[in-house]
This record gives sequence, structure tokens and C-alpha cells, in this order.
Amino acid sequence: MRTVAVVGASLAGLSAARSLRQRGYDGRLVVIGEESHRPYDRPPLSKEFLAGTIGEADLALERDDEELHAEWLLGARATGLDRTARAIRLADGREVRADGVVIATGAAARTLPGAEGLAGVHVLRTLDDARALRDDLARGGRLVVIGGGFVGAEVASTAYALGLDVTVIEAAPTPLAGPLGETMGAVVSALHTDHGVRLLCGVGVKGLSGERQVEAVLLEDGRSVPADTVVVGVGARPCVDWLEGSGITLDNGVKCGADGRTSLAGVVAVGDCANWYDPHTGTHRRVEHWTGALERPAAAVAALLAHGATEPGVPRAPYFWSDQYGVKIQFVGQAAGADSVTVEEGSTDDRSFLAVYRRAGRQVAVLGMNQPRLFTRARKQFGTAAS
Amino acid sequence: MIPACRLADLPRGEAHRLDIEPPVSVFHTDDGELFAIDDTCTHQDASLADGWLEGCEVECPLHASKFDLRTGAVDAPPAKLPVRTHEVVVEDGMVHVRLSADAPNLPPCISARLAGGAA
Repeated sequence: MRTVAVVGASLAGLSAARSLRQRGYDGRLVVIGEESHRPYDRPPLSKEFLAGTIGEADLALERDDEELHAEWLLGARATGLDRTARAIRLADGREVRADGVVIATGAAARTLPGAEGLAGVHVLRTLDDARALRDDLARGGRLVVIGGGFVGAEVASTAYALGLDVTVIEAAPTPLAGPLGETMGAVVSALHTDHGVRLLCGVGVKGLSGERQVEAVLLEDGRSVPADTVVVGVGARPCVDWLEGSGITLDNGVKCGADGRTSLAGVVAVGDCANWYDPHTGTHRRVEHWTGALERPAAAVAALLAHGATEPGVPRAPYFWSDQYGVKIQFVGQAAGADSVTVEEGSTDDRSFLAVYRRAGRQVAVLGMNQPRLFTRARKQFGTAAS
Repeated sequence: MIPACRLADLPRGEAHRLDIEPPVSVFHTDDGELFAIDDTCTHQDASLADGWLEGCEVECPLHASKFDLRTGAVDAPPAKLPVRTHEVVVEDGMVHVRLSADAPNLPPCISARLAGGAA
């Protein structure tokens, strides 16, 4: 293999580039990134960076002394993959020919129809998004967050600490019920009301009002919530439009085997855009976790370099964390399908506990609030138990 | 030298945190070796004593960076800087730490607080 192109220059793409070099690949390495920035860390964008505690230099994912001997094509959007010519087409007309391709184009924030062109309305996914939101939050006033998921909840928490008047609107009866289940979704989202942040659940958003600047969020039940700034945190969709027509199999992102291999030889996919086969459950699952973007590229790169002649290892159980209102939330496993959840240490009232999810008596997930030590132990045992 | 704890009170696979500024932790590996490093992850305010000890590495309890107890080196993001290592001396069953004279690599949020800046 003489040229490998990594399409996507965030954590998954960087991890793939590192893995290539660590595995002794010494050919040409091209990293293509739509954003103009070198790889940066996204989790702080809704937390420390938004709060102003850390700056842009702190977000850099590369070490100062790191040298990957890669060609960085930044500010370059991929628009197509030509399987016969083995080439990636870029929006500016350039073409990158490569023997091996790592697809790491991530996911993009879903937007609210009708919000285009209205000042004060934000999504939060990129550094540029975070800069713009930070500037608006600095004006103070009333923030309305649409969506009670993790990004929305973290923005609400940061804005509360900055002194804004915050309302969170969630269409489902309970926020975070998908990732955490109903019971624990209610416990974790109670952090909002603990701090006097309004939480409106079970009501959809009809639209936004305002001429040039947003003035209110209009709800399906007829209520109107005044707003100076609005954050739309309603999830993300995989960035795979550019692969339409390439012949690669797409199904909720790029459909992959248990080692990231796609339906095209010499092409693997990693990170938020990749829908990997999960040998634990026997189904495909697109995981949007930071740790997946960090850890999984190693397996995909091994498969790419070995032309598929590898036995994929069993990946660690999916892990994610969140920080809200000074509380550390940690979760490993999958809540979906659990038939019980029990608090095994601490108490939910104290917002400091460890809860275990089980299905037919078998542990399938663990949630910790403000219990990093106990959680780490549980996660370690979990890794053993699940394999 | 700073006395940390009795060796008998620090089983293998465990860590003991010294609440000094900045905090330092002594790790007793499964192979019976003792190491001392700065307790705070260089990425964010997390106690490495709460982390995941495997061999001569400890993984931060919050994110995924692993630190080599022998050198302080970090393997992967989000942390980018090593932690300081300190010398461990065992005398009469008591574990002591001889602190490094190097400047610590504290995470930005802690550095700002210690400098009296806005945090």
C-alpha cells in the first residue's frame, strides 16, 4: 500500500493516522478535513471551552512533539469516492488517489427546520459553533435549549454557571431515556431542576419566532418561551452523503463488519459515521462515543493493512461520560433491553451513586454519578464479565 | 521525604493518595512494585488513584489516557503531557515519597485556580 487517505480530521481520523504509523505503515498518508482546524477535542466545547476555563490551544489533540509525516488537506470537503479509480474527489475539484481509504467523516448536528438565518440560534458540534455560541452566551439573558440530551444538558449546565436564565425543552416524557433508560434518565435530568433550571418535558417545538433575531420558542401546546439565545441539541446524523453512488453499502452510516471493514475492499470506516457489527448483540450499532472514536481505529487499520486477514478483537464495552452542574456522570454498556436497574452504592437523592442495569440477571450496563472510583472498578469488572 | 503510608496498608493493585499540593499517589502494582506519580491527570481534574491500574499503567478514571507509572509518559488523548514521577523509598515498613523538583503538568483548570485566575 503506497498511499492511504484518511477522510476526516477529528479524533477518529487522527487515531487512524496514528495507528497506521504505529503499525509500521511508512507510505504516503493524506489526512483530509472539512474544517480548517487541526484535530481538536470536542467534549470540552459544551463544557470548559464554552465556560471560558480553557482556550483553543488546550483543545489540540496532537502533542507538540508529534510528527505523523502526513499531508494535511484542511478546509477540504470530500464530495465523492470513485471506487474504480480509487480516488477521493474534493469540493475544490482536486482528487486524491489512494490504495487504502479510512472513512472518518463523523456526524453533523441536526438542525431545526425554519431556523436558518435567524440570529441567536445555534447548534454545537464544531469549534466554530462553540465560538459563536460562547459569544452569544456572554451577552447573558435567557437561553432556551431544545433537546434534553447530553449536549443540551451540558450547555444548560454551563450557561447556568455563567449566570443565564435557562430553560430546557424535551419532546420525550423523560430526557436521556434512550441512553440511560426512563428511571435513570429522570434522575440525571433532575440535575436541571436541582439548580433552578426549568425543564419542560413531553412537549414538542412548533417553531421559533423573531424577525432577524430569535425572540421565543413556540411549543406545540401553544406556549411561547421567550429566548435571547437558542441552542438546538437534537442529535446528529452521520456525514455519509458524499458516499452516495460510490457503491459502498450505507445503512445508518457506513455499514461495517466487526473490524471496520466496509463493503468495498481497501476501505474501512471509523468513528461516528461508522455502523459497526457488534458481536455481543449480533446486530449493527453506530456508536457516537468519544472512546469509540479513540479505540476502534486500531482494529480498522489492522484490517486495512492486512487486507482483512485479521481476527478482530472484542472491543471494550461502549463507555461515555458527561459533566453537568459539577456532577460527573459515567456510563458503560447498553441500557436498551435492560429489565432492571438497581442502585448498589450511594443514593440517587444525593446524586452520588452507582447503578447496575441487568437483563435476565446478567449485568448489561453501569451508571455512576460522582463515583469515579467505584465506577472504574465496576467498569473493569464489566469488561471481564462481558467478554 | 514525605511519609505516605505503611506498606502493609497498601495491598497490591491499590493506590494511596497524599493530600499535599499538588496531590501525589503511590501505586502498588500487581507485580509488587511501588511507584509514585502526581495524582491529577494532566488533562482534567481527575484523581489517578481512582483510576484503572493494569501492569505498570494507570488509566484516568474519567477519560482514556493511560500514564506509565515508571516514566509518567501518556499514551493517548485527551491528555498530552506526562505526569511527574517521584522516588519511592520504603524504610521500616513505611512508604515514603521523595518529591520531584520538576514543575508539575497540571490541567488548565487547576493551573488557572492556583494562579488565582478565573476558573
